[in-house]
Amino acid sequence: MTWVPTGLRARLVITFLLVAITASAMVAGLGYQIIRRGLLERAERSAVADVRDTLSRLTLPIGASEVVWPSDDTITDEDLDRVVRALEAPERTVIMTYGDRQRANTEAQFTMTDVPDQLRWQAARRLVHQRVIFKDRAWLIVATQIQRANRDGVLRPTGLTAYVFVPLSDEEAVLTRLRTALTQAGGITLALALTLALLSARRVLLPVRRLGAAARALGAGELRVRLPVRGRDELAELTATFNETAAALEKTVSELRTLEATSRRFVADVSHELRTPLTAMTAVTDMLYEDAEGLPGDAREAVLIVVREIDRLRILVEHLIEISRHDAGAATLRRETVDVGDALADCLEVRGWADLVKLTVPVGLTFSLDARRFDVIVANLVGNAMNHGAPPVVVSARVAVGGSTRGWLEVSVRDHGSGIPEQVLPHIFDRFYKAGTDRARSAGSGLGLSIAKANAELHGGFITAERCEPGTLFLLRIPKP
Amino acid sequence: MAGILLVEDDPSVRAGLELALTRQGHSVTAYATGEEALEHLRSRRPEIVILDVMLPGIDGVEVCRRIRRLDPLPVILLTARGDDLDVVVGLEAGADDYVVKPVEPRVLDARIRAVLRRLESASPDRLTFGDLVIDRGALKVTLAGKEVHLTPTELRLLLELVRHPGQVLNRRYLLRAVWDHTHVADSRLVDACVQRIRAKIEPVPADPVYIHTVRGFGYRFSPP
Repeated sequence: MTWVPTGLRARLVITFLLVAITASAMVAGLGYQIIRRGLLERAERSAVADVRDTLSRLTLPIGASEVVWPSDDTITDEDLDRVVRALEAPERTVIMTYGDRQRANTEAQFTMTDVPDQLRWQAARRLVHQRVIFKDRAWLIVATQIQRANRDGVLRPTGLTAYVFVPLSDEEAVLTRLRTALTQAGGITLALALTLALLSARRVLLPVRRLGAAARALGAGELRVRLPVRGRDELAELTATFNETAAALEKTVSELRTLEATSRRFVADVSHELRTPLTAMTAVTDMLYEDAEGLPGDAREAVLIVVREIDRLRILVEHLIEISRHDAGAATLRRETVDVGDALADCLEVRGWADLVKLTVPVGLTFSLDARRFDVIVANLVGNAMNHGAPPVVVSARVAVGGSTRGWLEVSVRDHGSGIPEQVLPHIFDRFYKAGTDRARSAGSGLGLSIAKANAELHGGFITAERCEPGTLFLLRIPKP
Repeated sequence: MAGILLVEDDPSVRAGLELALTRQGHSVTAYATGEEALEHLRSRRPEIVILDVMLPGIDGVEVCRRIRRLDPLPVILLTARGDDLDVVVGLEAGADDYVVKPVEPRVLDARIRAVLRRLESASPDRLTFGDLVIDRGALKVTLAGKEVHLTPTELRLLLELVRHPGQVLNRRYLLRAVWDHTHVADSRLVDACVQRIRAKIEPVPADPVYIHTVRGFGYRFSPP
């Protein structure tokens, strides 16, 4: 699979670079072509002119009288050598042919086999030239049949053909230097383009990145985040829209929070207000209970109901106040080193559960806990197991040795009843959630497990519940401070 | 069996507690405000004071502070909120214990009895630790010849510590031994009480020489 750059930054930079490369390649290429053609044409023109002039200046024993064509006698090898010498120059190869005879200069690097056939054929009629590459070097072949005017002044071919190989090394060197210079210029342009591309990408992307960071902050609940609006482009518009959205969101959330706080404060206030009359009633319920014996049947029944319900009301109000304090964030944690075995035994003993619950704790297990809150958690879990499950209720504690909760305190509370239905499990920590038929005979406030959960969370821990066969297993996990 | 001064502003609560405590054999004098209570404190000295924290006029914590200035009387706070702040402030003001409303009369009675529990009856030894002299028979503590006035709770805590010299006693143990709390209760009771004893017997309370704190465990009495 090929890698496709998806980032806006990468795409911007690549596009910018492609444009820069195309533009500079086009400019450099065109310029190079023009210069090359000009240079070579000039070289060709001067070479051709040189050959033509030289040949026209030479006097040959031909053309003065009626030409005998071809005649071996009129042109000697010396004549040919003379022409060769006249055309000679450093690095040039000069070949003269006349009929079957050939003469070349002493430095000749080429022979007639190096001359293309087409050129040879064209040279018979006019002066021609062609650029060729021999041994990785550019050469210009200038070829022509020497013509002379006859007696009547009509130009006639003489059968003498000259082939001159002119080196183009100077021009080549110039062109090589030009190519190097253009390449370097191209490189610099590219580097400049890259820098510019990165800079402009940054300029464009910085606001985008800021927007992204701000949106993330907003998502994380930082509703006061706003961005400065600069300029009047699309990004500025987007930023302004973002700010408006954030403001609207902040307003809505703060309204909701106020509403929620108000309702929570109301619950807290109501609970507190209920407490004073409850205190007065609680103070005298013991007396009522003691004196109920002496009352007639109906009245005794009525008094017992009042006593029992006042007790329920007292627990409900206590729980409401406790949960209100958690809601208000007023609950504080006071950790100290606690002997877990002692704490669990105390919790059970105080509530008269010591003989009903099987407790297994390693001797000397200590842990940093808020003793009061730990007591509340365990009391609620065990109370729940006693009320809704069936014996035996088993409580055990240990420090986790492995897994992600290594070193955490684990307290399990297990009953052996019919268990909590699977569809009810996710709701058992909800306030006032009571599973179906239990509602009627439940002695709890409906807040016990919520309070246990809130206290576990205050410790940084959590409680889980799962079905066992038979019964339910509640597992409290508390991390080290 | 004890003379109780009850300060509670709500008439129903006041009447209810008065009834219940009287039924349990105490003799109760009840007042609606702290000012009234402080005024009558001189004429009729009770054995223990039960103070509501939320009072009109001067509040319960301030009443507790003023009582402490006059007399080492034991004080139990009745807090309506059970807020940590209430408890801490109350204990710092010198309260011996606190109960959270709504309180069951049985529990309140148990707390009263615990605070008033007869102190060490036997072993009439005089223990001398440098300037500090503790007479376990006469229940008197003197520092450089001058008597130190300790409340019953403070005295019981000091005696408990002195009974195990050089030994670290944890807060749970002290809570059970001194306050008679069977229930897991608030160890701030112990901390606040130790602070008050230190203020009375230590030459430099911030750098104690008699009662040492052992962090994470508890307290140790080891005289110099």
